[in-house]
Amino acid sequence: MAKITQIKVNGTVRKIDVDSQWTLLSVLRDQLDLTGTKYGCGEGQCGACTVLINGVAKRSCRTQIGLVGDNEVTTIEGLAVGEHLHPLQQAFLDEAAMQCAYCTSGMIMSATALLNSNHSPSTDDILQAMEGNICRCGTYSRIVSAIQKAAKAMPAVEQRS
Amino acid sequence: MSATKDSQFVMEPERYELHAGPAYHFETDRRDFFKFLGAGLLVVMALKSTAAAQESGSRDRASEDNLPKDIASWLHIGENGKVTVYTGKVEVGQNIRTSLSQGVAEELHYPIDEIEMVMGDTQLTPFDMGTFGSRTTPTMNLQLRKVASAACDILIGLAAAQWQTDRAGLVAQDGKIIDPPTKRSVEYSELVKGQQLTENLPSGEPLIPATQWRIAGQSAPKVDGRAFVTGRHDYPIDQKLPGLLHGKIVRPDTFGATLASVDTSEAEKLSGVTVVHNGDFIGVAATDQALATQAAAAVHVSWKPDTQQPSNADLFEFLKKHPVRSAGTGPEDFAPYVKGSVEQALKSAHHRLQQTYTVAYIAHAPLEPRVALAQWSGDKVTVWTGTQRPFGVRGELAEAFKIPEENVRVIMLDTGSGYGGKHTGETAVEAARLARAAKRPVKVQWSREEEFTWAYFRPAGVMDITAGMSSDGAITAWEFYNYNSGGSGINTFYDIPNQRIGFHPSRSALRQGSYRGLAATANHFARESFMDELARTAKMDPLAFRLKNLKDERLRAVFQAAAEKFGWGARKTVEGQGFGMGGGFEKAGNIATCAEVRVDKQSGEVRVVRVVTAFECGAIVNPDGLRNQIEGANIMGLGGALFEYVKFQNGKILNARFSKYRVPRFSDVPAMEVVLLDRKDIPSAGAGETPIVGIAPAIGNAICDATGVRLRSMPMVPDGLKTT
Repeated sequence: MAKITQIKVNGTVRKIDVDSQWTLLSVLRDQLDLTGTKYGCGEGQCGACTVLINGVAKRSCRTQIGLVGDNEVTTIEGLAVGEHLHPLQQAFLDEAAMQCAYCTSGMIMSATALLNSNHSPSTDDILQAMEGNICRCGTYSRIVSAIQKAAKAMPAVEQRS
Repeated sequence: MSATKDSQFVMEPERYELHAGPAYHFETDRRDFFKFLGAGLLVVMALKSTAAAQESGSRDRASEDNLPKDIASWLHIGENGKVTVYTGKVEVGQNIRTSLSQGVAEELHYPIDEIEMVMGDTQLTPFDMGTFGSRTTPTMNLQLRKVASAACDILIGLAAAQWQTDRAGLVAQDGKIIDPPTKRSVEYSELVKGQQLTENLPSGEPLIPATQWRIAGQSAPKVDGRAFVTGRHDYPIDQKLPGLLHGKIVRPDTFGATLASVDTSEAEKLSGVTVVHNGDFIGVAATDQALATQAAAAVHVSWKPDTQQPSNADLFEFLKKHPVRSAGTGPEDFAPYVKGSVEQALKSAHHRLQQTYTVAYIAHAPLEPRVALAQWSGDKVTVWTGTQRPFGVRGELAEAFKIPEENVRVIMLDTGSGYGGKHTGETAVEAARLARAAKRPVKVQWSREEEFTWAYFRPAGVMDITAGMSSDGAITAWEFYNYNSGGSGINTFYDIPNQRIGFHPSRSALRQGSYRGLAATANHFARESFMDELARTAKMDPLAFRLKNLKDERLRAVFQAAAEKFGWGARKTVEGQGFGMGGGFEKAGNIATCAEVRVDKQSGEVRVVRVVTAFECGAIVNPDGLRNQIEGANIMGLGGALFEYVKFQNGKILNARFSKYRVPRFSDVPAMEVVLLDRKDIPSAGAGETPIVGIAPAIGNAICDATGVRLRSMPMVPDGLKTT
């Protein structure tokens, strides 16, 4: 099996040593200690493992590390700039859009991808984009409010970053 | 309160939750705490109240002479001003870390941000039976408030002594004791400097009444919320240790299967793999997850299935045909509650109605699956795991490894939810077993399939109801039996002169246990749907019919509040539209839920478009936290009402994945409005469970209103509504 030795994540190149068949989720969690990305189902059905690859939401549990290549991976740990939270992170706090918060990382990453491509999503746009993310605590309506709030708070330029 | 609510009728075996083993005793020398915490002020609460004793698993609840000698709660104020509070309760998303902090901050007159709650660590916190039954707010919040209030009292005493003044004139405010006439003040940290003060809580401390709360009673954001939105919070699944191995258990395909043969030789040849085969337990530990999965697959094993395992198709017949008595209980424990004569009342009733309702097994499916990391040091083991019963898991580990409980430490980190589903310690035992063999720390993380298969389920059940009614809609006779699902919420709160109500435990087809609200969901679904059937029979409006048969003021108030907000009684304006309501009383909370549905008669699709919930649980501690719980309970309850159920055949789970087991998602969410009735004159009750009981009957009644079709099985429309 081919070995993979590096990955671009959150703006830096990180050394790793895994087979190409490893999931991106395992690499992030077990090799790089980026545990904000969660295991939830292993079949891409719950969204807890969502990360961005070149700004697009991907399920890291269904993504083989061998296929990531030189593409830029962004995880929940890479969203805030220093102590300055990403508008979505702030909006999730402001709207109390969580209970146990285990789904929160994946929710925020899916929402980030949505706002990257759609600066003022309608409620239907949000529902459609987020349908693959499960919150068992049932905070969905608060999450929708948080995404709407963040969309309003984000200047267009910031959304493309 | 009505006589019904007050009655001594205790038909709550709660056999899933109250199976705590021996009454453990916490035996730590208080001097150890100063070694551990540094100097300062330590306030402890000895177990005195019945409520505290119950939380601590004392078996002899009735005898005041035989109280356990242990401690219920304590609080430490350090020389640096750091306030640390210890409780055996745990955080699983219900946000009690926040609400308990509010209670302490209120009574201690201290900023909430500077209070640290240490929770659910069996070495550091007082014994606690577990976080379930909505007990945290009515008992632990009260205990911690008393401890904080006593601490504040002591600090005032210290300041009075220092200033040689009358303590009566001093006030506590924001971490300082202030002498208003002289304007002098002193920080708590200064008062406790160099001290090793231990105070046993004096009983009967007056607490701040809810009408004067400033911190409690206000919405407070989730403590340490920033850690959750940045991915920094460490859940049990995120724990790591140097040299960590990943464990995987080899399990049978079906329930009840026994091991026929096993060959571990191929797995044992793999480098970096430890294989354990001990009795029916087969597991592997490996240096990474991929290798562990490979090693588990290399174990060649055959299981002998149990041919007697039931399937969905024969489930309800199976439950009624297999009555059991719980261990240690006699038939009298399940004797029905009887009032008046149901037989006579039925004979003379103008209307008689009889129906059967059922509920299916459903899965908690907490998004964080069961996980445990175990590390041995000699014959002592430490386990990090997600559980609602850390002390129960400690007991399970001690029993499994034949070691004393003091050799076991269970550390519970704020966990990715439980909903009653994480009471047991199997994952902890598995990790500890593998770690002992491998002589290295081992983490066992259940896959979603394992979680859907080997965790326990909410019990399925059958409810038979018979009622008699006079011509004017007064219910005169009520007979209600629940088979298997449980006794919670089985009692009717309607005023009915003749009643017979009973719970019949059955042999369960699948492994079953606690689930948010226990059987109150099933019993309310049956009762409140049947109330609607009775109202139709009497040709009365469902709200008017309920109010006619209901005296309890608190429950009437929530029904009326929900109906008002909902606009109950409005005419239908859209094709397929229907309105329904359901409500009740459970765990000291009163709930009424109104739902609006739209049924597409062509496709059979049922959508819940709007839900209004009115809830009253005494004095509200954290209003937005409460709203969040109510909204979440509605969504979770909607899943069980409409489509969630465990499919199984001959003991095999057929839908052990999120792609096959449907849970509520964004598109299922209705518009929700919550009406909170804040009764500051009534002690605060817990609220994580009861809000779930109103939604299913409200939806079912609304579907019937829209289509005339009465659905009596939960889930009601797993494959859409068939109206033909």
